[in-house]
Amino acid sequence: MCDTCGCAIPDHLYHATNEQTVRTVEVLEGLKAHNDQTARHNRHHFDAAGVLVINLMSSPGAGKTSLLEATIEALKSRYRIAVIEGDLDTENDAERIRAKGVPAVQITTGNACHLDADMVHQAVHALPIKDLDILFIENVGNLVCPASFDLGQHANVTLLSTPEGDDKPLKYPVMFRISDLVLITKTDLLAVLDDFSCAAVAAHIRQLANPAPVMALSSRQGRIEPWLNWLEEQMVKRRTPHFTPVTANARPSGVMRPHVRTHAHV
Amino acid sequence: MHELSLCQSLVRQASRVAAEHGARSIRRISVRIGLLSGVEADLMLHAFPFASRGTAAEGAQLDMELCPVRVYCPQCNRDSEVPSNHLNCPHCGYWQTHLSGGEELLLASIDLGVETDAQTLTSSKPWEVPHV
Repeated sequence: MCDTCGCAIPDHLYHATNEQTVRTVEVLEGLKAHNDQTARHNRHHFDAAGVLVINLMSSPGAGKTSLLEATIEALKSRYRIAVIEGDLDTENDAERIRAKGVPAVQITTGNACHLDADMVHQAVHALPIKDLDILFIENVGNLVCPASFDLGQHANVTLLSTPEGDDKPLKYPVMFRISDLVLITKTDLLAVLDDFSCAAVAAHIRQLANPAPVMALSSRQGRIEPWLNWLEEQMVKRRTPHFTPVTANARPSGVMRPHVRTHAHV
Repeated sequence: MHELSLCQSLVRQASRVAAEHGARSIRRISVRIGLLSGVEADLMLHAFPFASRGTAAEGAQLDMELCPVRVYCPQCNRDSEVPSNHLNCPHCGYWQTHLSGGEELLLASIDLGVETDAQTLTSSKPWEVPHV
Protein backbone atom coordinates (compact mmCIF):
# COMPACT_ATOMS: atom_id res chain seq x y z
CA MET A 1 0.00 0.00 0.00
CA CYS A 2 1.20 3.50 -0.76
CA ASP A 3 2.46 5.26 2.38
CA THR A 4 1.56 8.70 1.13
CA CYS A 5 -2.07 8.29 0.31
CA GLY A 6 -3.03 4.73 1.16
CA CYS A 7 -3.87 3.77 -2.40
CA ALA A 8 -3.28 0.27 -3.70
CA ILE A 9 -2.33 0.99 -7.28
CA PRO A 10 0.83 -0.79 -8.44
CA ASP A 11 2.70 2.34 -9.56
CA HIS A 12 2.15 3.94 -6.12
CA LEU A 13 5.62 5.48 -6.05
CA TYR A 14 4.83 7.41 -9.19
CA HIS A 15 1.38 8.16 -7.86
CA ALA A 16 2.66 9.43 -4.52
CA THR A 17 5.07 11.95 -5.89
CA ASN A 18 3.42 13.00 -9.12
CA GLU A 19 -0.29 12.69 -8.56
CA GLN A 20 -2.50 12.82 -11.60
CA THR A 21 -6.04 14.00 -11.68
CA VAL A 22 -8.34 11.63 -13.49
CA ARG A 23 -10.80 13.06 -15.95
CA THR A 24 -13.67 10.93 -17.21
CA VAL A 25 -14.66 11.48 -20.81
CA GLU A 26 -17.93 10.11 -22.12
CA VAL A 27 -17.46 8.63 -25.59
CA LEU A 28 -20.52 6.47 -26.45
CA GLU A 29 -19.11 5.17 -29.71
CA GLY A 30 -19.76 1.74 -31.21
CA LEU A 31 -16.78 -0.62 -31.17
CA LYS A 32 -17.51 -1.54 -34.76
CA ALA A 33 -17.82 2.07 -35.94
CA HIS A 34 -15.14 1.58 -38.61
CA ASN A 35 -16.68 -1.61 -40.00
CA ASP A 36 -20.16 -0.10 -39.98
CA GLN A 37 -18.95 2.95 -41.86
CA THR A 38 -17.30 0.79 -44.53
CA ALA A 39 -20.46 -1.36 -44.74
CA ARG A 40 -22.53 1.77 -45.42
CA HIS A 41 -20.02 2.70 -48.08
CA ASN A 42 -20.35 -0.76 -49.67
CA ARG A 43 -24.15 -0.48 -49.60
CA HIS A 44 -23.80 2.84 -51.41
CA HIS A 45 -21.81 1.05 -54.14
CA PHE A 46 -24.39 -1.74 -54.37
CA ASP A 47 -27.38 0.61 -54.49
CA ALA A 48 -25.73 2.89 -57.04
CA ALA A 49 -25.04 -0.14 -59.25
CA GLY A 50 -28.54 -1.54 -58.69
CA VAL A 51 -27.24 -4.95 -57.62
CA LEU A 52 -28.94 -7.21 -55.06
CA VAL A 53 -26.38 -8.43 -52.50
CA ILE A 54 -26.98 -11.58 -50.46
CA ASN A 55 -24.74 -12.63 -47.55
CA LEU A 56 -24.71 -16.45 -47.24
CA MET A 57 -23.73 -17.82 -43.85
CA SER A 58 -23.57 -21.31 -42.33
CA SER A 59 -21.29 -23.86 -40.67
CA PRO A 60 -18.45 -25.21 -42.84
CA GLY A 61 -19.82 -27.91 -45.12
CA ALA A 62 -23.52 -26.95 -44.90
CA GLY A 63 -23.67 -26.65 -48.69
CA LYS A 64 -23.25 -22.94 -49.49
CA THR A 65 -21.10 -23.52 -52.57
CA SER A 66 -23.29 -26.41 -53.82
CA LEU A 67 -26.39 -24.23 -53.44
CA LEU A 68 -24.65 -21.44 -55.36
CA GLU A 69 -23.68 -23.82 -58.16
CA ALA A 70 -27.29 -24.99 -58.50
CA THR A 71 -28.58 -21.41 -58.25
CA ILE A 72 -26.22 -20.14 -60.95
CA GLU A 73 -27.23 -23.04 -63.20
CA ALA A 74 -30.92 -22.12 -62.76
CA LEU A 75 -30.62 -18.33 -63.05
CA LYS A 76 -27.60 -17.48 -65.19
CA SER A 77 -29.60 -17.22 -68.40
CA ARG A 78 -31.74 -14.46 -66.84
CA TYR A 79 -29.52 -12.67 -64.34
CA ARG A 80 -25.92 -11.52 -64.34
CA ILE A 81 -24.44 -13.10 -61.23
CA ALA A 82 -21.10 -12.84 -59.41
CA VAL A 83 -19.77 -14.36 -56.20
CA ILE A 84 -17.37 -13.21 -53.48
CA GLU A 85 -15.95 -16.28 -51.74
CA GLY A 86 -14.60 -16.10 -48.18
CA ASP A 87 -12.41 -18.89 -46.86
CA LEU A 88 -9.43 -19.19 -44.55
CA ASP A 89 -7.42 -20.64 -47.43
CA THR A 90 -7.52 -22.06 -51.00
CA GLU A 91 -9.15 -20.85 -54.23
CA ASN A 92 -11.23 -24.06 -54.45
CA ASP A 93 -14.65 -22.48 -54.04
CA ALA A 94 -13.97 -19.60 -56.44
CA GLU A 95 -12.78 -22.13 -59.02
CA ARG A 96 -16.01 -24.13 -58.61
CA ILE A 97 -18.01 -20.94 -59.23
CA ARG A 98 -15.89 -19.85 -62.22
CA ALA A 99 -16.43 -23.30 -63.72
CA LYS A 100 -20.12 -22.31 -63.91
CA GLY A 101 -19.16 -19.33 -66.07
CA VAL A 102 -19.65 -16.46 -63.63
CA PRO A 103 -17.01 -14.13 -62.13
CA ALA A 104 -15.80 -15.00 -58.63
CA VAL A 105 -13.35 -13.26 -56.30
CA GLN A 106 -11.75 -15.36 -53.59
CA ILE A 107 -10.93 -13.66 -50.30
CA THR A 108 -8.57 -15.75 -48.21
CA THR A 109 -8.80 -14.49 -44.66
CA GLY A 110 -5.78 -16.33 -43.26
CA ASN A 111 -6.84 -16.99 -39.69
CA ALA A 112 -9.74 -14.53 -39.57
CA CYS A 113 -13.00 -16.29 -38.84
CA HIS A 114 -15.31 -13.96 -40.78
CA LEU A 115 -15.44 -11.47 -43.62
CA ASP A 116 -15.50 -7.79 -42.72
CA ALA A 117 -16.65 -4.78 -44.70
CA ASP A 118 -13.09 -3.79 -45.70
CA MET A 119 -12.38 -7.19 -47.27
CA VAL A 120 -15.66 -7.03 -49.19
CA HIS A 121 -14.90 -3.49 -50.29
CA GLN A 122 -11.62 -4.59 -51.87
CA ALA A 123 -13.31 -7.52 -53.60
CA VAL A 124 -16.12 -5.32 -54.92
CA HIS A 125 -13.58 -3.21 -56.78
CA ALA A 126 -12.32 -6.34 -58.52
CA LEU A 127 -15.79 -7.04 -59.96
CA PRO A 128 -17.73 -5.42 -62.81
CA ILE A 129 -20.39 -4.38 -60.31
CA LYS A 130 -22.39 -2.14 -62.66
CA ASP A 131 -22.92 -5.11 -64.97
CA LEU A 132 -24.39 -7.34 -62.26
CA ASP A 133 -27.92 -8.16 -61.07
CA ILE A 134 -27.11 -10.39 -58.09
CA LEU A 135 -23.93 -10.57 -56.01
CA PHE A 136 -23.61 -13.45 -53.55
CA ILE A 137 -21.14 -13.15 -50.69
CA GLU A 138 -20.27 -16.61 -49.39
CA ASN A 139 -19.06 -15.88 -45.88
CA VAL A 140 -16.50 -17.98 -43.98
CA GLY A 141 -18.08 -21.20 -42.70
CA ASN A 142 -18.78 -20.31 -39.07
CA LEU A 143 -22.02 -19.88 -37.12
CA VAL A 144 -20.56 -17.34 -34.69
CA CYS A 145 -18.47 -14.42 -35.96
CA PRO A 146 -19.91 -13.60 -39.41
CA ALA A 147 -23.15 -12.56 -37.70
CA SER A 148 -21.40 -9.66 -35.97
CA PHE A 149 -20.09 -7.85 -39.07
CA ASP A 150 -22.26 -5.88 -41.48
CA LEU A 151 -20.83 -6.12 -45.00
CA GLY A 152 -23.33 -3.83 -46.73
CA GLN A 153 -25.56 -6.70 -47.90
CA HIS A 154 -29.30 -6.37 -48.47
CA ALA A 155 -30.20 -9.71 -46.88
CA ASN A 156 -28.68 -12.35 -44.63
CA VAL A 157 -29.39 -15.93 -45.64
CA THR A 158 -28.38 -18.71 -43.24
CA LEU A 159 -28.09 -22.35 -44.27
CA LEU A 160 -28.63 -25.18 -41.81
CA SER A 161 -27.85 -28.67 -43.12
CA THR A 162 -29.82 -31.59 -41.75
CA PRO A 163 -26.83 -33.51 -40.25
CA GLU A 164 -26.11 -30.50 -38.00
CA GLY A 165 -29.32 -31.01 -35.98
CA ASP A 166 -32.47 -28.93 -35.73
CA ASP A 167 -31.50 -27.17 -32.48
CA LYS A 168 -28.75 -25.00 -34.03
CA PRO A 169 -30.90 -21.80 -33.94
CA LEU A 170 -31.11 -22.06 -30.14
CA LYS A 171 -27.37 -22.73 -29.83
CA TYR A 172 -26.38 -19.85 -32.14
CA PRO A 173 -29.10 -17.24 -31.53
CA VAL A 174 -26.97 -14.26 -32.60
CA MET A 175 -26.74 -15.52 -36.17
CA PHE A 176 -30.21 -17.03 -36.57
CA ARG A 177 -31.91 -13.97 -35.07
CA ILE A 178 -30.53 -11.67 -37.77
CA SER A 179 -31.27 -14.04 -40.68
CA ASP A 180 -33.77 -12.80 -43.25
CA LEU A 181 -34.15 -16.30 -44.67
CA VAL A 182 -33.26 -19.74 -43.28
CA LEU A 183 -32.57 -22.57 -45.73
CA ILE A 184 -32.56 -26.18 -44.52
CA THR A 185 -30.16 -27.96 -46.88
CA LYS A 186 -29.38 -31.63 -47.60
CA THR A 187 -33.01 -32.64 -47.01
CA ASP A 188 -32.33 -35.68 -49.22
CA LEU A 189 -30.70 -37.07 -46.04
CA LEU A 190 -33.91 -36.76 -43.99
CA ALA A 191 -34.74 -40.36 -44.90
CA VAL A 192 -31.86 -41.51 -42.69
CA LEU A 193 -31.95 -38.69 -40.10
CA ASP A 194 -35.07 -39.49 -38.12
CA ASP A 195 -34.25 -36.97 -35.36
CA PHE A 196 -34.30 -33.86 -37.58
CA SER A 197 -37.54 -31.91 -37.85
CA CYS A 198 -37.98 -28.99 -40.27
CA ALA A 199 -40.97 -27.84 -38.19
CA ALA A 200 -38.74 -27.68 -35.12
CA VAL A 201 -36.28 -25.40 -36.98
CA ALA A 202 -39.14 -23.03 -37.84
CA ALA A 203 -40.37 -23.10 -34.22
CA HIS A 204 -36.87 -22.26 -32.96
CA ILE A 205 -36.58 -19.36 -35.40
CA ARG A 206 -39.93 -18.00 -34.08
CA GLN A 207 -38.61 -18.44 -30.53
CA LEU A 208 -35.95 -15.90 -31.55
CA ALA A 209 -38.77 -13.51 -32.55
CA ASN A 210 -37.62 -13.83 -36.15
CA PRO A 211 -40.35 -13.93 -38.85
CA ALA A 212 -37.88 -15.15 -41.53
CA PRO A 213 -39.22 -17.81 -43.91
CA VAL A 214 -37.77 -21.32 -43.40
CA MET A 215 -37.37 -23.40 -46.57
CA ALA A 216 -36.38 -27.05 -47.08
CA LEU A 217 -34.03 -27.65 -50.03
CA SER A 218 -31.82 -30.24 -51.63
CA SER A 219 -29.20 -28.88 -54.02
CA ARG A 220 -28.13 -32.42 -54.94
CA GLN A 221 -31.65 -33.36 -56.05
CA GLY A 222 -32.28 -29.96 -57.65
CA ARG A 223 -35.09 -29.09 -55.22
CA ILE A 224 -34.36 -25.38 -54.72
CA GLU A 225 -37.51 -23.73 -56.20
CA PRO A 226 -38.66 -21.91 -53.00
CA TRP A 227 -35.22 -20.25 -52.76
CA LEU A 228 -35.26 -19.25 -56.44
CA ASN A 229 -38.74 -17.77 -55.98
CA TRP A 230 -37.56 -15.84 -52.93
CA LEU A 231 -34.64 -14.43 -54.97
CA GLU A 232 -37.06 -13.40 -57.74
CA GLU A 233 -39.19 -11.58 -55.13
CA GLN A 234 -36.13 -9.71 -53.86
CA MET A 235 -35.22 -8.71 -57.44
CA VAL A 236 -38.75 -7.38 -58.01
CA LYS A 237 -38.59 -5.46 -54.73
CA ARG A 238 -35.24 -3.92 -55.63
CA ARG A 239 -36.57 -2.76 -58.96
CA THR A 240 -39.71 -1.27 -57.43
CA PRO A 241 -39.36 2.36 -56.33
CA HIS A 242 -39.44 2.98 -52.56
CA PHE A 243 -38.11 -0.48 -51.82
CA THR A 244 -37.14 -0.87 -48.18
CA PRO A 245 -34.22 -3.28 -47.76
CA VAL A 246 -34.82 -6.41 -45.73
CA THR A 247 -32.06 -5.85 -43.21
CA ALA A 248 -33.13 -3.74 -40.27
CA ASN A 249 -30.04 -1.54 -40.38
CA ALA A 250 -29.99 -1.12 -44.15
CA ARG A 251 -30.85 2.25 -45.61
CA PRO A 252 -33.57 2.88 -48.18
CA SER A 253 -32.02 2.62 -51.63
CA GLY A 254 -33.01 6.16 -52.62
CA VAL A 255 -31.05 7.83 -49.83
CA MET A 256 -27.32 8.11 -50.40
CA ARG A 257 -25.14 9.15 -47.55
CA PRO A 258 -22.21 11.40 -48.33
CA HIS A 259 -19.19 9.41 -49.04
CA VAL A 260 -15.92 10.05 -47.30
CA ARG A 261 -13.73 7.65 -49.27
CA THR A 262 -11.09 9.13 -51.45
CA HIS A 263 -10.76 6.45 -54.12
CA ALA A 264 -12.17 7.03 -57.58
CA HIS A 265 -15.44 5.35 -58.36
CA VAL A 266 -15.67 3.74 -61.75
CA MET B 1 -13.26 -15.31 -31.75
CA HIS B 2 -12.78 -11.78 -33.07
CA GLU B 3 -12.28 -10.25 -29.62
CA LEU B 4 -8.62 -9.39 -30.31
CA SER B 5 -9.49 -7.30 -33.36
CA LEU B 6 -12.34 -5.65 -31.45
CA CYS B 7 -9.92 -4.88 -28.61
CA GLN B 8 -7.51 -3.36 -31.13
CA SER B 9 -10.19 -1.03 -32.47
CA LEU B 10 -11.24 -0.25 -28.88
CA VAL B 11 -7.64 0.76 -28.08
CA ARG B 12 -7.46 2.85 -31.28
CA GLN B 13 -10.70 4.67 -30.45
CA ALA B 14 -9.70 5.27 -26.83
CA SER B 15 -6.20 6.47 -27.83
CA ARG B 16 -7.74 8.88 -30.31
CA VAL B 17 -10.01 10.36 -27.62
CA ALA B 18 -7.04 10.61 -25.23
CA ALA B 19 -4.99 12.45 -27.87
CA GLU B 20 -7.89 14.81 -28.54
CA HIS B 21 -7.90 15.70 -24.84
CA GLY B 22 -4.14 16.05 -24.65
CA ALA B 23 -3.84 13.15 -22.21
CA ARG B 24 -0.87 10.82 -22.31
CA SER B 25 -2.32 7.94 -20.34
CA ILE B 26 -5.65 6.17 -20.04
CA ARG B 27 -6.50 4.91 -16.56
CA ARG B 28 -9.76 3.11 -17.23
CA ILE B 29 -11.90 2.16 -20.23
CA SER B 30 -15.60 1.43 -19.77
CA VAL B 31 -17.42 -0.60 -22.39
CA ARG B 32 -20.96 -1.94 -22.60
CA ILE B 33 -21.38 -5.40 -24.05
CA GLY B 34 -24.78 -6.88 -24.79
CA LEU B 35 -25.32 -10.59 -24.28
CA LEU B 36 -26.53 -10.82 -27.90
CA SER B 37 -23.62 -8.84 -29.36
CA GLY B 38 -21.63 -11.98 -30.18
CA VAL B 39 -18.73 -10.86 -28.00
CA GLU B 40 -17.38 -12.79 -25.03
CA ALA B 41 -16.42 -10.53 -22.12
CA ASP B 42 -13.79 -12.97 -20.78
CA LEU B 43 -12.05 -13.12 -24.16
CA MET B 44 -12.05 -9.31 -24.31
CA LEU B 45 -10.33 -9.21 -20.90
CA HIS B 46 -7.69 -11.67 -22.09
CA ALA B 47 -7.12 -9.84 -25.36
CA PHE B 48 -6.92 -6.34 -23.88
CA PRO B 49 -3.33 -6.47 -22.49
CA PHE B 50 -2.05 -7.65 -25.90
CA ALA B 51 -4.03 -5.08 -27.85
CA SER B 52 -3.02 -2.21 -25.55
CA ARG B 53 0.71 -2.95 -25.25
CA GLY B 54 2.79 0.08 -26.21
CA THR B 55 -0.25 2.38 -26.47
CA ALA B 56 -1.71 5.09 -24.23
CA ALA B 57 -4.10 2.44 -22.94
CA GLU B 58 -1.38 0.12 -21.65
CA GLY B 59 -2.03 -0.70 -18.01
CA ALA B 60 -5.54 0.75 -18.11
CA GLN B 61 -8.34 -1.03 -16.33
CA LEU B 62 -10.97 -2.48 -18.66
CA ASP B 63 -14.45 -2.27 -17.10
CA MET B 64 -17.18 -4.17 -18.87
CA GLU B 65 -20.83 -3.67 -18.20
CA LEU B 66 -22.78 -6.66 -19.44
CA CYS B 67 -26.18 -5.63 -20.79
CA PRO B 68 -28.98 -8.18 -20.47
CA VAL B 69 -31.20 -9.19 -23.36
CA ARG B 70 -34.52 -7.32 -23.19
CA VAL B 71 -37.57 -7.47 -25.42
CA TYR B 72 -40.52 -5.14 -25.80
CA CYS B 73 -43.88 -6.82 -26.39
CA PRO B 74 -46.23 -4.72 -28.54
CA GLN B 75 -49.15 -6.91 -27.48
CA CYS B 76 -48.99 -6.47 -23.70
CA ASN B 77 -46.87 -3.31 -23.83
CA ARG B 78 -44.21 -4.61 -21.45
CA ASP B 79 -40.43 -4.67 -21.54
CA SER B 80 -38.83 -7.79 -20.05
CA GLU B 81 -35.44 -9.39 -19.51
CA VAL B 82 -35.23 -12.73 -21.34
CA PRO B 83 -32.65 -15.48 -22.07
CA SER B 84 -30.67 -14.87 -25.27
CA ASN B 85 -32.31 -17.78 -27.12
CA HIS B 86 -35.88 -17.20 -25.97
CA LEU B 87 -37.02 -13.82 -27.18
CA ASN B 88 -40.80 -14.31 -26.98
CA CYS B 89 -42.78 -12.32 -24.41
CA PRO B 90 -42.45 -14.08 -21.02
CA HIS B 91 -45.80 -12.60 -19.89
CA CYS B 92 -48.25 -13.20 -22.73
CA GLY B 93 -46.23 -15.54 -24.97
CA TYR B 94 -46.52 -13.27 -28.05
CA TRP B 95 -43.59 -14.17 -30.32
CA GLN B 96 -43.03 -11.08 -32.47
CA THR B 97 -41.32 -8.97 -29.85
CA HIS B 98 -38.80 -6.19 -30.53
CA LEU B 99 -35.32 -6.40 -29.09
CA SER B 100 -34.84 -3.46 -26.71
CA GLY B 101 -31.46 -4.43 -25.23
CA GLY B 102 -28.63 -6.92 -25.54
CA GLU B 103 -26.99 -5.86 -28.80
CA GLU B 104 -24.80 -3.14 -27.25
CA LEU B 105 -21.13 -3.00 -28.19
CA LEU B 106 -20.16 0.43 -27.03
CA LEU B 107 -17.15 2.37 -25.79
CA ALA B 108 -18.99 4.24 -23.01
CA SER B 109 -16.30 6.36 -21.34
CA ILE B 110 -12.62 6.57 -20.54
CA ASP B 111 -10.74 7.96 -17.56
CA LEU B 112 -7.76 10.01 -18.62
CA GLY B 113 -4.76 10.69 -16.44
CA VAL B 114 -4.29 14.45 -16.67
CA GLU B 115 -1.26 15.97 -15.06
CA THR B 116 -1.94 18.98 -12.88
CA ASP B 117 -0.31 22.33 -13.66
CA ALA B 118 2.16 22.20 -10.78
CA GLN B 119 3.48 18.84 -11.89
CA THR B 120 3.84 19.71 -15.52
CA LEU B 121 6.44 22.25 -14.43
CA THR B 122 8.60 19.50 -12.91
CA SER B 123 9.87 16.31 -14.44
CA SER B 124 7.25 13.66 -15.07
CA LYS B 125 9.59 11.08 -13.56
CA PRO B 126 9.39 11.25 -9.77
CA TRP B 127 12.83 9.74 -9.29
CA GLU B 128 14.34 12.67 -11.16
CA VAL B 129 12.66 15.28 -8.98
CA PRO B 130 15.41 16.91 -6.88
CA HIS B 131 15.07 16.72 -3.11
CA VAL B 132 14.38 19.99 -1.37
